Amino acid sequence: MQATHSHPAVHDHHAHAQPTGLMRWITTTNHKDIGTMYLWFSFTMFLVGGILALALRSELFQPGLQLVEPEVFNQLTTMHGVIMVFGAIMPAFVGFANWMIPLQIGAADMAFARMNNWSFWLLPPAALLLVISFFVPGGAAAGGWTLYPPLSVQMGPGMDLAIFALHILGASSIMGSINIVTTILNMRAPGMTLMKMPLFCWTWLITAYLLIAVMPVLAGAITMILTDRHFDTHFFNAAGGGDPVLFQHVFWFFGHPEVYIMILPAFGIVSEIIPAFARKPLFGYTSMVYATSSIAILSFIVWAHHMFTVGMPATAQLFFMYATMLIAVPTGVKVFNWVATMWKGSMTFETPMLFACGFIFVFTMGGFTGLILAITPIDIQLHDTYFVVAHFHYVLVAGSLFALFAGVYYWLPKWTGHMYNETLGKAHFWLSVIFFNITFFVQHFLGLAGMPRRVPDYALQFADFNMISTIGAFGFGITQLLFLYIVVSCIRGGEKAADKPWEGAQGLEWTVPSPAPHHTFETPPVVR
Amino acid sequence: MNLPHHPRIPSALAGIASLLLPAASFAQEAAGPAYQAASKYNLQPPVSEIASQIYDLHTLVLIFCAVIFVAVFSAMFYAIIYHRKSAGHEPAQFHENTTVEIVWTVVPFVILILMAWPATKTVIAMKDTSSPDLTIKATGYQWQWGYDYLKGEGDLKDVADGIAFYSALATSYEERTNVKPKDADYLLDVDNRLVVPVGKKVRILTTANDVLHAWWVPALGVKQDAIPGFIRDTWFKATAVGVYRGVCAELCGKEHGFMPIVVEVKSVEDFRAWAAERQKARTAGAGAAPAPAAAAPAAPAAAAPATPAVAAPVAPAAAAPAADVPARAATSVAARSASGG
Repeated sequence: MQATHSHPAVHDHHAHAQPTGLMRWITTTNHKDIGTMYLWFSFTMFLVGGILALALRSELFQPGLQLVEPEVFNQLTTMHGVIMVFGAIMPAFVGFANWMIPLQIGAADMAFARMNNWSFWLLPPAALLLVISFFVPGGAAAGGWTLYPPLSVQMGPGMDLAIFALHILGASSIMGSINIVTTILNMRAPGMTLMKMPLFCWTWLITAYLLIAVMPVLAGAITMILTDRHFDTHFFNAAGGGDPVLFQHVFWFFGHPEVYIMILPAFGIVSEIIPAFARKPLFGYTSMVYATSSIAILSFIVWAHHMFTVGMPATAQLFFMYATMLIAVPTGVKVFNWVATMWKGSMTFETPMLFACGFIFVFTMGGFTGLILAITPIDIQLHDTYFVVAHFHYVLVAGSLFALFAGVYYWLPKWTGHMYNETLGKAHFWLSVIFFNITFFVQHFLGLAGMPRRVPDYALQFADFNMISTIGAFGFGITQLLFLYIVVSCIRGGEKAADKPWEGAQGLEWTVPSPAPHHTFETPPVVR
Repeated sequence: MNLPHHPRIPSALAGIASLLLPAASFAQEAAGPAYQAASKYNLQPPVSEIASQIYDLHTLVLIFCAVIFVAVFSAMFYAIIYHRKSAGHEPAQFHENTTVEIVWTVVPFVILILMAWPATKTVIAMKDTSSPDLTIKATGYQWQWGYDYLKGEGDLKDVADGIAFYSALATSYEERTNVKPKDADYLLDVDNRLVVPVGKKVRILTTANDVLHAWWVPALGVKQDAIPGFIRDTWFKATAVGVYRGVCAELCGKEHGFMPIVVEVKSVEDFRAWAAERQKARTAGAGAAPAPAAAAPAAPAAAAPATPAVAAPVAPAAAAPAADVPARAATSVAARSASGG
């Protein structure tokens, strides 16, 4: 994914005395380099988190305890969640933002180039803390990725390492978000009004505001855990006048917007790809922008649907149920818009389009289970079961991750200057979508029938589906090595990519050469 | 007494749903014996009015989802098949249509109201814990449940008052580690079942001794977090005699997967007889009690010598249930130490 300086059309006078080798990457302030590093970092963490997932699925292959002790199992589930959310999905979208936002709005770089470097280089130490935490006494954090006290107050030093890591990752996210907001609001090419901006930029603008609003809330919550653990404060200890449920309210006030932080940029990517391959403009650009904003605003008033079983008043349960159900409206608008965009188009199904269509199909199933879970009485039955596990993997894996894959295949020619292997790309899609459903569809049944999540062992009637799920998980995991192979071979060579390799693609990023030169849009383009 | 749980859904609609999701087609089949093993694809057969309502709500919402799913994806797949370039389709260039956009905003909103209406009624019914016939406090411990029958309000108010015991996993460590074959109730069996009368409103107060737990019995439609330092409540009225199994539903540490809940619903007469037996044993004192070995009801201090010494330090004294505390049985302690607890 390296940008080169060789293209004749490039004004290269800025590329003087660049450090080379490792120092190039450590000192870089170039949005493309930083975007590349974000993407490699997140893919690395994706593999780490994936290995944890395969370990825990292996334990669940059969009833009984075979491979890991229950306490280790809890570390696996916890760290799988933390690493995938904060280490894989979120940085991957920031990587896309770094690469694509300046290219899409015609800016020369991100607004704060040095801060951009710093926000990336905060990530590896945080990741290191998370990985090291497995080897401290007591092991890694084992209280679930939600870190609910009092259990998280009981943990060993692994919990402290996780808290520090989350602080660092949060700081990185806030800096990245400030950078994105500033870039989008101030550095658009002349003529590019907000309502002419590509939807990917719009969704990231809204996401960045969400991040700035809620990451400090998470920081506050985990700091209170830290002081409860070490300095005898009793924020979450009833014996000292605190309340364990307070943490849940604060955590989910962060946590629910966080869910949309991980899906809104995915909506943006899909909204770029569907029109490109349908060769037809997005059906309702304006309504997509409004739908995205509505989802973001609603995300602040639905948090307690994650905690219907804590025992809140009927009025609170009703309020959070209605507010949550309401989110189905703007989400539906998005899905209808994508389908209407495909309607009467002239579609081709290269890998990005396959992943985008797969995204709509499978994400919508996650949306339906989300609606089922929004209904308070049903949620009370299904809360903390495998139904919930299935639901959020449908929206996070088939949602966020499939959109990320779609985006990688879509922009890989621009990043590398080469076309990827289309046959292998399609194989990657079909294997991913099939194994994904083998892994997670059966988990709906497990949850409905009464299997709780976060258990290392289960009653015998759950044995069949767990075995199927584990087989699917291994298939899905191994398939991702194919993705790595496709990307690496695309970087190393392949058919030369045209400046605009996709017939129906729109946007400024396709006006620069492929691969995108190190510096682009030093003179801003003019948008009509 | 056993409520049929699918009367409101027209069977034609259920048929449509069953084409899409195996979950719906197994709804009928699952309505057999009322214990956890009966259900594999769907919610467990409901044994309370609330659980029935939850079951019906789920079916209703699933059918709505199935219909929308078919509508939306028929359109998408039609487009994918016929509006492709290789089929020679030329792209139209239309976009933005206010009428269409209003329709697909308003119609989902109306559908949501149709779902929210019955759900609201159930929420209000679930929260009404007033006028119980029997009140029981369930305390979550790492890792077992403690039950205290409290003095209540209804006609059963004195029957079980003061009965208290712990309820821990009865599945052996050897079964869990694959040394012995697993029995049918693997991980769903306890040494002391919670016994309640059928057809009576049972109010469950939950709290916890250490970390969060959740008291969950799917067939009864009850799940309530148990929060240390706080009391929460929920209720159920079982509609059929039987044994209903559940598990702790809130991550509570390494043995979280090993603290099941077993509720035995008896007829009112049998419940009274059970309670009388327990009361007799309780007043007679620990030594004379003909109770199962795993749960000798014990008077607090006097009984300590009678209980094996190993039990004493393990009993969670800080949160001992009210009047008389049964010491934790030696057998379960031994199992726990063996499991590395």
